[in-house]
Amino acid sequence: MSIFNFFFRRQEEEPDKSAGSAKERLQIVVAHDRAGRNRPDYLPRLQRDLIDVVSRYVPIDPQKVQVKFGSDGGISTLEVDVELPQEAAKARLQ
Amino acid sequence: MATVIVMTSGKGGVGKTTSSAAFATGLALRGHKTVVIDFDVGLRNLDLVMGCERRVVFDFVNVIQGDAKLNQALVRDRRVENLAILPTSQTRDKDALTRDGVARVIDELKQEFDYIVCDSPAGIERGALMALYWADEAIVVTNPEVSSVRDSDRILGLLQSRSRRAEEGGEPVKEHLLLTRYDTERVERGEMMKIADVLEILAVPLLGVIPESQSVLKASNVGQPVILDTASNAGQAYKDCVGRFLGEQIDLRFVNPERKGIFQRLLRRSA
Repeated sequence: MSIFNFFFRRQEEEPDKSAGSAKERLQIVVAHDRAGRNRPDYLPRLQRDLIDVVSRYVPIDPQKVQVKFGSDGGISTLEVDVELPQEAAKARLQ
Repeated sequence: MATVIVMTSGKGGVGKTTSSAAFATGLALRGHKTVVIDFDVGLRNLDLVMGCERRVVFDFVNVIQGDAKLNQALVRDRRVENLAILPTSQTRDKDALTRDGVARVIDELKQEFDYIVCDSPAGIERGALMALYWADEAIVVTNPEVSSVRDSDRILGLLQSRSRRAEEGGEPVKEHLLLTRYDTERVERGEMMKIADVLEILAVPLLGVIPESQSVLKASNVGQPVILDTASNAGQAYKDCVGRFLGEQIDLRFVNPERKGIFQRLLRRSA
């Protein structure tokens, strides 16, 4: 190593700022984990049952059924969102 | 009234046993009658870290199952007055810990001791849940590293939902964060999350920061809690933590890189 390199090595090295990535990724994943933590265990079963019931009347895409559990202060809410297919919606109008 | 403290983390290898040994020893050095219990059934190690492995005759599980009296299983520390260890079983199955059994042992320990430190196993299974169930206070041991921080957050959730205090709807378990293996030089270079980053994510009051230190391995090699190595950074940092736990105002130490002279820098770089 030349004497020049010896003194300037520190400046050459690109600083690795990976700690920032760690923090950002953690903030996202921890928020997601926390949101899932308070969710009741029965939600997946409830979602399956809802799909079964609605499917008896309308052919729906199981992917388009959303069951969301929310809590705000002392009130817990259950939000069910079922997207009907285009054809079914049209059929009803006729 | 005795206080039950759980040393927990979720992730393994972050320093729960090292911290349990150091913290319990520190409380005893301050004159409080302290017992430290190993909850890691099947993976007994607290006895080794405390240096009393050759004095274990009966264990926690023997007491729960009625095969031994509590006093027969307690190992009294020979260096520090007021300190005892309740080792765990090395061979029996994990179901050996029952909620009622643990309750009976803790109640009996409360008659004699001021502080009962529960060294939790890693994970979120039975042993870890048993260790945190009776806690009045929890020390969550965390490394400034993504998996450890995430697992600590998970454990905090369990403390808030699965402890006795949570189930009975009383005052919540008092939480403390203990940041271990903190490497000030890597933090300075931006390679490791700093204290404020971890606190922002976990939002738990900081009990202390233990610097990355060679003295921790040396201490476990010889079976001496690192707090007894009064010359070491880690030992002094644990001593500060004990003081803060007991309500004293003590500034953080060893959280900034040591200023090196030009001579040291040159030597280090060419080394």
